[in-house]
Amino acid sequence: MENEIKEAPEAVNKPNSSSSKRKVVVPGETIVDGEDYLPGEGTRREGSKIVASKFGLAEEAGRVIKLISIFGAFVPRRNNVVIGRVSDITHAGWLIDIDSASSAFLPIEESPRFINRNEMDQYLAIGDVISAKIWTVKGKGIDLTLKGKGLGKLENGFIFRIIPSRVPRVIGREGSMVNLIKERTDCSITVGQNGWIWIRGQSIETEIKARKAVEFVANKVHVSGLTEKVEAWFEEND
Amino acid sequence: MATKNEFKRVDGRKLDEMRAITAKVGVVPNADGSAMFAFGDTVAIAAVYGPRLLHPQHMQNPQKGILRVAYDLMSFSVYERKRPGPSRRSKEISKVTEWALEPAVDLKAFPNTVIDVQIYILQADAGTRTAGINAASMALAHAGIPMKDLICSVAPGKNGQAIISDLNKEEEDYDEGEGATDFAVAKLANQDEYTLMQMDGKIQPERVKEILDIAEKNCETIYDAQKKALKEVVNPEGKK
Amino acid sequence: MSSMKVSNLTKETLKKMFAEGKRFDGRGLLDLRDLEIEYNVSKKAEGSARVRMGKTEVVVGIKMEVGTPYSDSPNKGNLMVSGDLLPLASPRYEAGPPGFNAIELPRLVDRAIRESGMIDFEKLCIKEGELVWTVIVDVYPINDDGNIIDASSIGAIAALQSAILPELSEDGKIDYEKEAKNKLPLSKTIMPISFSFFKLGDSLILDPTREEEEACETRITFGISDWNGQKMLNSCQKKGELPLKREDVEKIMEIIPKKFEEVNKKLKKFL
Repeated sequence: MENEIKEAPEAVNKPNSSSSKRKVVVPGETIVDGEDYLPGEGTRREGSKIVASKFGLAEEAGRVIKLISIFGAFVPRRNNVVIGRVSDITHAGWLIDIDSASSAFLPIEESPRFINRNEMDQYLAIGDVISAKIWTVKGKGIDLTLKGKGLGKLENGFIFRIIPSRVPRVIGREGSMVNLIKERTDCSITVGQNGWIWIRGQSIETEIKARKAVEFVANKVHVSGLTEKVEAWFEEND
Repeated sequence: MATKNEFKRVDGRKLDEMRAITAKVGVVPNADGSAMFAFGDTVAIAAVYGPRLLHPQHMQNPQKGILRVAYDLMSFSVYERKRPGPSRRSKEISKVTEWALEPAVDLKAFPNTVIDVQIYILQADAGTRTAGINAASMALAHAGIPMKDLICSVAPGKNGQAIISDLNKEEEDYDEGEGATDFAVAKLANQDEYTLMQMDGKIQPERVKEILDIAEKNCETIYDAQKKALKEVVNPEGKK
Repeated sequence: MSSMKVSNLTKETLKKMFAEGKRFDGRGLLDLRDLEIEYNVSKKAEGSARVRMGKTEVVVGIKMEVGTPYSDSPNKGNLMVSGDLLPLASPRYEAGPPGFNAIELPRLVDRAIRESGMIDFEKLCIKEGELVWTVIVDVYPINDDGNIIDASSIGAIAALQSAILPELSEDGKIDYEKEAKNKLPLSKTIMPISFSFFKLGDSLILDPTREEEEACETRITFGISDWNGQKMLNSCQKKGELPLKREDVEKIMEIIPKKFEEVNKKLKKFL
């Protein structure tokens, strides 16, 4: 089962990174001082200064100052692939816990094939796990869909959580990191943008190893050359 | 004037000197953000959970998230055991702490949700609400919640005629001359915005600016400690 | 941290893992996580301790109070164990009146201590019929990564071991200004320890992480201590709707004395 792959802009040291410095900043802290700079996400302008509006890694990308969250809640966006657990069944669909501040709902029409209303719990029962895409994000909640490649009910394996802001680096540029882990462990892995990850392997040992590899990557806070480090980790742990 | 400057504090501190500060982030791994802050022997732990779904639904605010603070003393944190369960004092402190923190947090970014802040005092030697606010401020930032600034809090006050910083329990009980005054404040670290102000005792109106001077100076030191504690989570001594 | 309930597929996978004797953190099914104990973590308490088992952390404080004895035990002091599952420690706990788990925790810790004889209640009598000591144990989980009950019980024992008897003034009230001279009178040999065995499928495990604990179907907690040179069970409580088999109980009876020795040794190291 293929997972949706998202581009991970900051998992890479940009080629012209001589001016791309990173600095850990706290809310209210001045990042740079200068009229030429532009406040990007997570920052704001105060007079001539660009100031942090969050705890994170401030980065210069040309004239724009951006702040990357190191910690922080999952902010649901349309087209995000998420992993969730069925928490309830209503006549109209399934309530899904996607571990976010908004509740999520999978309407019966959004299942991949036609499901009869009296068969709903046979298809998805409470406690079952799905890989779904966020279709709409409204004030009152999120609607999900299972229509799409790689989406649907997940069988066997297990799910576990990492901090959502670490998801891009676990996926890697064009999926390079998660693919490396998949190859080395021969496991299927789906990474949800909400920080939940599903792994299914050929044996318990490989499943445990794949989880450890993911956690190894997720727990490194601020490290370059991650790919080499992961390959070295696999060498040591084979 | 001479009397005030000669005032000797019980623990030998200078008039504008706070007790030794300890600040640490990440003390409750389950929480989205957590921190510990101590003024001398007063130790506060704060844990932040959220933003998360708020039940019951009718309490949700469609325009912004709700900050919900619960402050309490652990039963054994004081000499006379405090019975479990929030007292009126705890409820009041919970509310003023909420008002102290809210201006710094971008709640509009999370409508219909709640951010729960839990503050517990492990050891109480006066200044518990200020220690709690300092811990909560770090915990909120640690949780990655969008914040305009950190909040710093300290309780300067007065013993007799001397204006002093960060009263300990003994100083709170001082009863000579003009007695003891406790003047707790909290402010945004980098702004001229006071979000908490509570006072008990006797102080002449014209002397309040001395309190604010000390508070501002102390808050700079507190902000430095909070910054350091947060940054240490990312760059611990001996990188991971 | 997540409040998402355990999923069916994770539970099935854990069942298979345990059946193969495997756990995510590499431990054996009956291996305990690293234990750390720190004393005197709260100075205004008469005794206190912080226990860490892996990421699970519990703080326990002891307060001594004086008062009149119960009418049916005029020459004995009292023990009260109190505690709550504060929302601080887990996204699972909710504010408000205590749920069953919150009520159960202090009661389980209490029973293991009370029945063991560790505290000689007669030694807590100050003046028969008039004035006795009450030992109050307050348990505060700080971070729940599973097995809070056993961690709390170790914390309670450690806090009690370090507790002092405050000095009294002439009118029978506690004088905190006076330096305490005596320790809380405790048995030197009896140290009750609680062991909670969790069952998933046919496997029994000890010291689960929160993830493991939430997948498990049944729990049985035993308190055990040394008494007169023998190991004695002092308390027992089974939790949950699913049944235990007799062979489960007999297996536990074989395991528990060895585990008791193991933890006892570790505790002695910290004393």
